[in-house]
Amino acid sequence: MALILASFCSGLIFGLGLLISGMNEPEKVLGFLDFFGAWDATLAFVMAGAVAVAAAGFALARRRVAPLFAARFGWPSRNDIDAPLLTGSALFGVGWGLAGICPGPALVNLASLTAPIIVFVAAMVLGMFGFELWQRRSVASAGAQSVAVATPSDG
Amino acid sequence: MHNFTPLSGLIGGALIGLASALLMLSAGRLAGVSGILGGLLTASSDRAWRIAFIAGLIVAALVGPLFGAPGAARLSSSNLALYAVAGLLVGFGSRMGNGCTSGHGVCGFARFSMRSITATLVFMGVAVVTVLIVRHGFGG
Repeated sequence: MALILASFCSGLIFGLGLLISGMNEPEKVLGFLDFFGAWDATLAFVMAGAVAVAAAGFALARRRVAPLFAARFGWPSRNDIDAPLLTGSALFGVGWGLAGICPGPALVNLASLTAPIIVFVAAMVLGMFGFELWQRRSVASAGAQSVAVATPSDG
Repeated sequence: MHNFTPLSGLIGGALIGLASALLMLSAGRLAGVSGILGGLLTASSDRAWRIAFIAGLIVAALVGPLFGAPGAARLSSSNLALYAVAGLLVGFGSRMGNGCTSGHGVCGFARFSMRSITATLVFMGVAVVTVLIVRHGFGG
């Protein structure tokens, strides 16, 4: 129960952070990505604040043997740079640049229950599901030795 | 610059960082939204904390206005097809690349992970080029 409550509070604080910083507003995000227009540098300040606090918290976590409400830390184990990382990130970048919305803000804005955000989130979930199917198919056709590729997520 | 809001950006950013630190310290999980949502679609048994985190995100937009924070953004409904295409790319791409702005961007930089920093530079660079093409045409 403590684990569920802590996860809920993390999501709540994360969402409030997105709202206060304005990063749930597509116009604000697109304003940052628009280097050649009326550039809005706010997103860089959001990143700086977030990375500084998260790095301090992670340093604290690294000193502990285990998290408070779970058996072990789930730090990402990979540090290689492979083709799916680059291709996937590029595809994500196109979508992010088209709409100015990434997964966190999409879920925060889902609270408005308006047609555009419902369409976006439905398509996003479909895209995620599509990747799962595509990956299962390619793993199946490549043979069992490729199963090891399915590793824990970085985020 | 239009609507440049560095102070609220820093404060909101610090909250995002705090939430990421809290999730790691309490649940031992990385606060990557695409990974948390995507994990619900695979046959995993650890669904409850994922649902709780996502519920927190949505509830934030409902309770935020009570404490003076803005609520959910109102998107223009003039271009639903654009949102459909963008959503598909964001969903597929973030799963293929194993992360998005939160997991690779915030948490990856905070972990000094070269893999995540590379991913962030790629999706940010591609997004900048996408906006350049959409807003200013190929000639810039």
